[in-house]
Amino acid sequence: MSPLNAYLLLSALLFSIGLTGVLTRRNAILVLIGIELMLNAANLNFIAFWRYGPNPAALTGVMFAIFSIGIAAAEAAVGLGIILAVYRHTKTTDLDQINTMKG
Amino acid sequence: MTPDTIDQIFVIAKHWLLSYTPAPLQPVVSAALSVAPILGVFPLLFAITTVLERKGLGRIQNRYGPNRVGPYGFSQPIADGIKSLTKEDIVPRTADQFVHFLAPLLLVMAAFLAYAVLPIGKNMVITNLNAGVLFFFAVGSMVELAVFMAGWSSRSKYSLLGAMRAVAQMISYEVPLVLASIVVIMASGSLSTVAIVNQQANYTSIWPHWFVFTPWGFVGFILFMIAATAESNRSPFDLPEGESEIIAGYYIEYSGFKFALFFLGEYLGMFATSGLAITLFLGGWSAPFSFLTWVPSYVWFFAKLLALICVFIWVRGTLPRLRMDQLMGLAWKFMLPMTLLNIVTAGVWHFMPAGFVRWLVCTALLAAPFALLSRGLTQGGKKLQLRTYRFAE
Amino acid sequence: MTAFFLIVAALTIAGTAAAMSLRNPIHCILALTLSLVGFAALYLQLGAQFVGFTQVLVYVGAVAILAVFAIMMTRSANPPEGQSHQAAFSSSWLTGGAIAAVIFAVLAWCILSKSTPMQTAIQQPDVSVNQIGDALMHKFALPLEIVGVLLTAALIGAVILAMPERRKTL
Repeated sequence: MSPLNAYLLLSALLFSIGLTGVLTRRNAILVLIGIELMLNAANLNFIAFWRYGPNPAALTGVMFAIFSIGIAAAEAAVGLGIILAVYRHTKTTDLDQINTMKG
Repeated sequence: MTPDTIDQIFVIAKHWLLSYTPAPLQPVVSAALSVAPILGVFPLLFAITTVLERKGLGRIQNRYGPNRVGPYGFSQPIADGIKSLTKEDIVPRTADQFVHFLAPLLLVMAAFLAYAVLPIGKNMVITNLNAGVLFFFAVGSMVELAVFMAGWSSRSKYSLLGAMRAVAQMISYEVPLVLASIVVIMASGSLSTVAIVNQQANYTSIWPHWFVFTPWGFVGFILFMIAATAESNRSPFDLPEGESEIIAGYYIEYSGFKFALFFLGEYLGMFATSGLAITLFLGGWSAPFSFLTWVPSYVWFFAKLLALICVFIWVRGTLPRLRMDQLMGLAWKFMLPMTLLNIVTAGVWHFMPAGFVRWLVCTALLAAPFALLSRGLTQGGKKLQLRTYRFAE
Repeated sequence: MTAFFLIVAALTIAGTAAAMSLRNPIHCILALTLSLVGFAALYLQLGAQFVGFTQVLVYVGAVAILAVFAIMMTRSANPPEGQSHQAAFSSSWLTGGAIAAVIFAVLAWCILSKSTPMQTAIQQPDVSVNQIGDALMHKFALPLEIVGVLLTAALIGAVILAMPERRKTL
């Protein structure tokens, strides 16, 4: 197994663990954490392809990862703000209970 | 023994020791030989600083400091060390045992990691990373998580309150800290600490090229030192850990050696940020005047470090503590605009031709907003009145 | 597939699995921090120094602390006495787990199947921060400006969302 394949497999495994968390956890904040983990796994994919790909001098993978980290931080901030606003309204962060659009 | 040999004596000693180790072991031994002096010198400096601080604070407050243990009290750290090692290690029963144990370790580890990129002398840096300054700030941001872990795992209201305040303060002051150092990165064109120091190690006639001797460098240095004081939770920013406010903040529930580790971690963080300030603004290991370059480079680094520590102690003894809202207001309303203005000024400095006009323009560009901002922020913008005193009759 | 890679990969997988399965949300965030540091170590091993340090600075230094603050403010860590002991996993956990397992199986099959190998560069690319800065200012200048606007919008939006609602005083 080439090093590239090892990194890709690791990235796929981490992505699916994050996806499991997103699909099964009750707490809204932990779902957001799962989304962050999925973004990180995708970043790992980009960097691995940049390192072992044909044209590392173009820096495309590194650039994408840098922008992705910045955007993920912004998305975490806004997402947690939304969760706080929903908590103030429904007094809970349990996603199984926040299943109506009423109110 | 030429001055150059004395200057490079540690490097020469390391190479001589490395020549006696077999080839496969050389990377490990080289790393160990680079790291061991840091692990030995800086805790020793911590010990010296504790006694210096207590005696200095005592003298500022018109009393003697500790004066029993050794000659004039200078063996106090030994007594302190024995005391903290032999105290009982109490962990509350409802505390989160694993996190409670891990928090001081993470703090000390993060504080030690930061020394990897500081050039202590000429050719004496543990690793010359291409993105050295970024590494320093990345490691420094792990300290905040350790503080939160310490406060939360104790499951005590005072410690959680102290931890929240400390983390809020540290993340607020991290922004001016990083922005104040961006000016230096802009001017030197590199994130590598060795390159930054090498650029400052030149002299025109006898004056050095330190960045602190430019308008933007001076303002950047002041802002960096204020932010560094707040980052290491030192007075006047020590509301999260002030003894009269919240007992001891986030390390209330720690005793014995773990408390000493927190103390060590806090002081090591202070030394590391001072070391970075010296590297970025004060020219690192370079001598102040060109006729003084015969003194070894590491002597200059530690002399500057001791000077900054004395300034820290002096400020601690002089200024009163800031309230939490005053502290946050200072960070976001005063220091952030000043650091951004500083970056603009550094750009103006770079593009104007060298001469007297450049100094005038840049100083005006920094001084006028400073005066307006500080006037505007005091007392909510009300007109300043003549100060009157009332004395007890 | 050096030993270093295996150790760091094992740590990252352990941290991620713990982050998604522990009961106490604060423990989940601490496991997430371990996982993020593991990611940073992987980036450093791949030779992307700038990305690795930025990952620690942004994720560990900001996102993890933000998540911890959010957990504190929504009182998920220590639920008040009235609430019953909540289950950690939602009622549809089996479906979710099955979907994730299927996706992993498909991805692993794609990776491991014998496809045409791409020309791979073997030597470590030597990227300096200067080159990244150059690229940001010339080739990627437009994305940089857009990310700046996006971060400003996110900052203002997060502050507005989290502000307590003003009570109209009579």
